[in-house]
Amino acid sequence: MAAITPPFTDARDAAASLRRQGTDVKGQTFRWFLVGALSLALLTLLALVWDMWAEGSNVLLARPVQFLTSGLNTNVEMAGVWQGIKGSLMLGLIVAIVSFPIGIGAAVYLEEYAGNTRFARIVEINIRNLAGVPSIVYGLLGLAIFVQALGGVTGGRTVIAGGLTLAALVLPIVIITSQEALRAVPAGIREGALALGATRWESIRHHVMPAATPGILTGTVLSLARALGEAAPLLVVGAVTGVFFAGASGFFEQIYAGRFTALPMVIFNWARQPGPEWLQLTGAASLILVALIVVMNGFAIFLRNRYERKW
Amino acid sequence: MAQALSTDRPGALTAADLQGSAAKRRKERLMRALFQAMAWTSVIVTALIILSLLREAISFVASVELGSLFEIGWFPRRGLFDVRTLVVGTLLVTGIAMLVAVPLGLGAAVYLSEYARPRVRRTIKPILEILAGIPSVVLGYFALSFITPQLLTRLVSDVTYFNLAAAGVAVGILTLPLVASVAEDAMRAVPASLREAAYGLGSRKVTAVTKVVFPAAISGIVAAMVIGVSRAFGETMVVAIASGATGGSLFSLDVFKPGQTMTAAMAALGVGTDQVKGADNAFQSLFFIGTLLFVITLSLNMVGDRFVRRIREKY
Repeated sequence: MAAITPPFTDARDAAASLRRQGTDVKGQTFRWFLVGALSLALLTLLALVWDMWAEGSNVLLARPVQFLTSGLNTNVEMAGVWQGIKGSLMLGLIVAIVSFPIGIGAAVYLEEYAGNTRFARIVEINIRNLAGVPSIVYGLLGLAIFVQALGGVTGGRTVIAGGLTLAALVLPIVIITSQEALRAVPAGIREGALALGATRWESIRHHVMPAATPGILTGTVLSLARALGEAAPLLVVGAVTGVFFAGASGFFEQIYAGRFTALPMVIFNWARQPGPEWLQLTGAASLILVALIVVMNGFAIFLRNRYERKW
Repeated sequence: MAQALSTDRPGALTAADLQGSAAKRRKERLMRALFQAMAWTSVIVTALIILSLLREAISFVASVELGSLFEIGWFPRRGLFDVRTLVVGTLLVTGIAMLVAVPLGLGAAVYLSEYARPRVRRTIKPILEILAGIPSVVLGYFALSFITPQLLTRLVSDVTYFNLAAAGVAVGILTLPLVASVAEDAMRAVPASLREAAYGLGSRKVTAVTKVVFPAAISGIVAAMVIGVSRAFGETMVVAIASGATGGSLFSLDVFKPGQTMTAAMAALGVGTDQVKGADNAFQSLFFIGTLLFVITLSLNMVGDRFVRRIREKY
């Protein structure tokens, strides 16, 4: 065995080393690199907000009401986002009606009924994979199924086909977030209900669901925000990118009138127009879309923090 | 059994008494069937995606001349389907995106997980969540109005208004929060005892982080990058807005010029799906590219998923 050589030649060096004299250059450099990376990430958000305001404030300050209430127009001075907002609201409504009940129901089945069966495992893997499918592929699903195969029901390239496509897109997100909310409810709640003679459905309806509601609500709001920001599937399904005028006046007539657009589609359309005036318009519309989505996400985070229960 | 019980003693419990009311049992069965049907929906969606992709993709492969898959560029409406142009364009955008997202995302993740005090963490995490929620069309606009004029023109002399590099940077910003959050989860899952052991042996913070925590979390960090790549591959709107080349694109490696990715090509075809229907194979090529994209992202996600689960099993 080799003799152990002390690393310090005299006691003064050892004492100095223990007192950590001299700065930790490597550690400080590393730390500053990390702070730099994080700051840069946060700065991009700041730059984005600043940039939208710099471009869009002209439009938003000069004609706020007119910009929000008028339709698409080939004239830069007249164009507004009203058709986009209306389309997005209708799409959001369809997404909520279709994907929320199905998604929450599927989550209830997987968490409360299925147990560890083969079917449940296959569905779980399937949902995880679905969540990673690029949004434009859902557009192809919508085009082939909702527009072409089910054209008789949806009316072709209508807001219904678009809404169903977006509903399919957010379905895995609704299921996953609802499952997490249900999983957070302790088993004792269920067992207590069952022990008192409740059926499984009664224990879910009266005990598990009320406890999981804030979590489920958070998930649904987040997925709705996701759906409102999506444009790629709508592009393929056939939302209008040019100018159009809604001819029919009734609400149901408009749904079946065929032509629709959405706020992200309006942004897509304007961003590709040449000239700085159109870019200003794009900035203003982006600011509205981001504000809408940040408010929704903020509401979801608020719900989560306000009603989160520690069991 | 029920009869045996009831004949023993008059007035004793029967099995029927323990089963509860028939109406309740019927309702119970009904609800169970309803929820199961809802769970089936997700499987049906997957089946329909695969069905609708394959039907047109197969008809594309069957009818297209093989020679037109290797051409000077991607011009679907003129019958030139050079897939190479799109794949290379996608790889260029993804590469640039990862140059942005990986160092910034991992740096942010290491800082939040190892250095930040709880209060700092609680403030910064929601901000990153907001960044994650920014719609991709808005980042496409950001590439045109900020990244190209304010950044790229200062660094490179010869940049066009629409270019792949700006799209790549914007896609990087989009994937950054995802990379950061997966990597941070992985590093926070490393037990404190490993860090304490490193400190016990006299290592500095930087040594503990880079030589102990980072290697211990490596599978989660790899997963973060794989999932980030998959996300960047499938990102559509940023590229459709900022990379130009709406009709088609010549094969090119220059990232400061307009170009075309798989997703952008699909978006360009998608805008005109009603007109394109009659043209030779252009409509079918949309589904062919879609199938390619679906297969690539699915494989990447499965690899990423495997890495994520490895870390869960370990600790």
